[in-house]
Amino acid sequence: MTDSLDRDPILELRGVNKSFGAVQVLHDVHFAAYSGEVTALVGDNGAGKSTLVKCIAGIHPIDSGTYLFNGGPVNVHSPRDASALGVEIVYQDLALCNNLDIVQNLFLGREKRGRFVLDEPGMEELTARTLTNLSVRTVTSFRQKVASLSGGQRQTIAIAKAVLWNSKVVILDEPTAALGVAQTAQVLELVRRLARAGLAVVLISHNMNDVLAVSDRVCALYLGRVAAEVRTAETTHSQIVELITTGQSGTSQKGPPLSPHHADVATPTAAAPVVADILPPAASAASSSNGEPG
Amino acid sequence: MKSVQLVDQPVPLNGEMPPTAARAPAAGERFGLGGHARSYVVRVRGGNMGALPAILGLIVLCVVFAVLRPSFISKTNFANLFTQGAAITIIAMGLVFVLLLGEIDLSAGFASGVCAAVMATLLTNNGQSWWVAMLAALATGAIIGLVLGFAVARIGIPSFVITLAAFLALQGVVLLIIGNGGNISIRDKTIIAIANKNLPPALGWALFAIAVIGYGSVQTARIVTRRAHGLSHTTYSVVAARIAALALVGGAAVYFLNLQRSRNSAIVSLRGVPVIVPMIVALLVFWTYVLTSTRFGRHVYAVGGNAEAARRAGIDIIRIRVVGFVICSTMAAMGGIVAASRATSVDPNAGGSNTLLYAVGAAVIGGTSLFGGKGRILDAVLGGAVIAVIDNGMGLMGYSAGIKYVVTGSVLALAASVDALSGSRRY
Repeated sequence: MTDSLDRDPILELRGVNKSFGAVQVLHDVHFAAYSGEVTALVGDNGAGKSTLVKCIAGIHPIDSGTYLFNGGPVNVHSPRDASALGVEIVYQDLALCNNLDIVQNLFLGREKRGRFVLDEPGMEELTARTLTNLSVRTVTSFRQKVASLSGGQRQTIAIAKAVLWNSKVVILDEPTAALGVAQTAQVLELVRRLARAGLAVVLISHNMNDVLAVSDRVCALYLGRVAAEVRTAETTHSQIVELITTGQSGTSQKGPPLSPHHADVATPTAAAPVVADILPPAASAASSSNGEPG
Repeated sequence: MKSVQLVDQPVPLNGEMPPTAARAPAAGERFGLGGHARSYVVRVRGGNMGALPAILGLIVLCVVFAVLRPSFISKTNFANLFTQGAAITIIAMGLVFVLLLGEIDLSAGFASGVCAAVMATLLTNNGQSWWVAMLAALATGAIIGLVLGFAVARIGIPSFVITLAAFLALQGVVLLIIGNGGNISIRDKTIIAIANKNLPPALGWALFAIAVIGYGSVQTARIVTRRAHGLSHTTYSVVAARIAALALVGGAAVYFLNLQRSRNSAIVSLRGVPVIVPMIVALLVFWTYVLTSTRFGRHVYAVGGNAEAARRAGIDIIRIRVVGFVICSTMAAMGGIVAASRATSVDPNAGGSNTLLYAVGAAVIGGTSLFGGKGRILDAVLGGAVIAVIDNGMGLMGYSAGIKYVVTGSVLALAASVDALSGSRRY
């Protein structure tokens, strides 16, 4: 896989502003997501994460700024526009119907039609293929009702639903917030696998361990501004926490000082050292913990 | 630019991942009779009782009434059961749609009354032909449903409140159409035939054969296509058992109904399957098809299960809700026509008293959840049968209407408790 620094981002927001009435929530925000990479979006409550995601999803129109997809400016005014581009969002409160089975949920709203009846065998076959590709185990039957699944399995189904439709960017809103240890590991593994399959993954998380374990780059929001956009491998747990809580870093013990606004890792001219390849979760966690004190 | 196409070309994953889908069902796995029985037991234990309470209740009630009052199982009474339960069953079928959406329609009873009154007026007072009157009744039902659905889905009035308002208003409309203390009798032969005539015995057997063969081919075709796709499927023995069960129960029913019921067959012959029976079967098959095999049906379940998820999946939940109410009120109109046909007249209380509560009771006793997202059209038929049996059996025992209502209410309360107690496992 080529290094992302040589490539343009698949999704890019430049100089985005967004106000709700008198309150400006996003100030001149720059955000980019790259195919084959996991970009973590971090920030404290009220930092503007949700608003930014809703702008990307087309739920909130942006006041000013540019929305670039695949290098070209696009207009995204509704969730449908975003879906049409291949941008899918997996929300925190999983958008699944408990009373429907796995196949029915995956194809909800986009059911395959046969001549007289729904093409159930066709949909089940595709479900089997997709879930097998995503290495989803522990599901005894694809005709199981979602109500009978565990939290991790449901999260997996919600993610599978987002990537089933040839999507290019998947945004995961706190995918591990309600999960146990084993299930979290399962979902994080899936996140890595999505990136390896070539998707641009945006991970919103409050859990620094998750961020360090799976992300390739971190975008930290502070009071509606991008505090920093850095490579995960070059940063530490405490630096990220500092960025989230104070909006700046540099007083940290280790690691290079981080440039504040618009850290230019997103552009090919960046001076940041090249990270050879996307690291598997274990390796990336290990490398980042190297730079971590204690 | 790399892009994933999970739909058409599964992305091969690199070898670092452990072997996949360890416990996913093996391709082409088959489920025989034993496997079916086991999975059914697991389902019932898990709180998903399905039709079990209704069927058990039906058997118990029939045995009790048959022992206490032998005339309950007479040929005449058996045929009566079908015509007595028909109107309520048809209204309950429509209510299943509204209940699936997690709503309620309290006005379905009087909607049926209004539609019956419209039909009777056109038939008797305006001399219209039966099909004009019938279409007008159905259209009236559709319009009522449209107004209710719009009020619930677009304006956002809770269905309980708006249909309660409609309950009162439509009661008034029936009074206005018919006039206080009035009564419009129906003399049209076609309309009267709906709930009062029987099929010729040969036609009864022919329709029975068509039903069994149709059911058998649908079941067999399912196995064939699933096997062709390499999916888990049931064995032919299971399908054979199902067909045999249908043929046995249906065949016995047709046989009994074809026996001579008239006391003096020389004067008037009374035999054959009531005309209403194939009509109910046809409605059952049609609406089951709509609910289980069309996009609309799937979306009805989705909106009832999680409206927000349905909205995010791009489903027009307003449209689904409105159409649900339209179906409910139109089916109520159909039930009203059947009731009018049975009574051969429409009075100001048409669709009143226990009609609505019996219909809601039928759906819930059959297993349709009041919380939305769970239910089948078959529930309306099974529950309708339970209600008809209670009503009929208690009548034969000579109990007063008061006791009948108490018993029916208790059965409904029991069914609702089963529904509530199965809680989150209810799907």
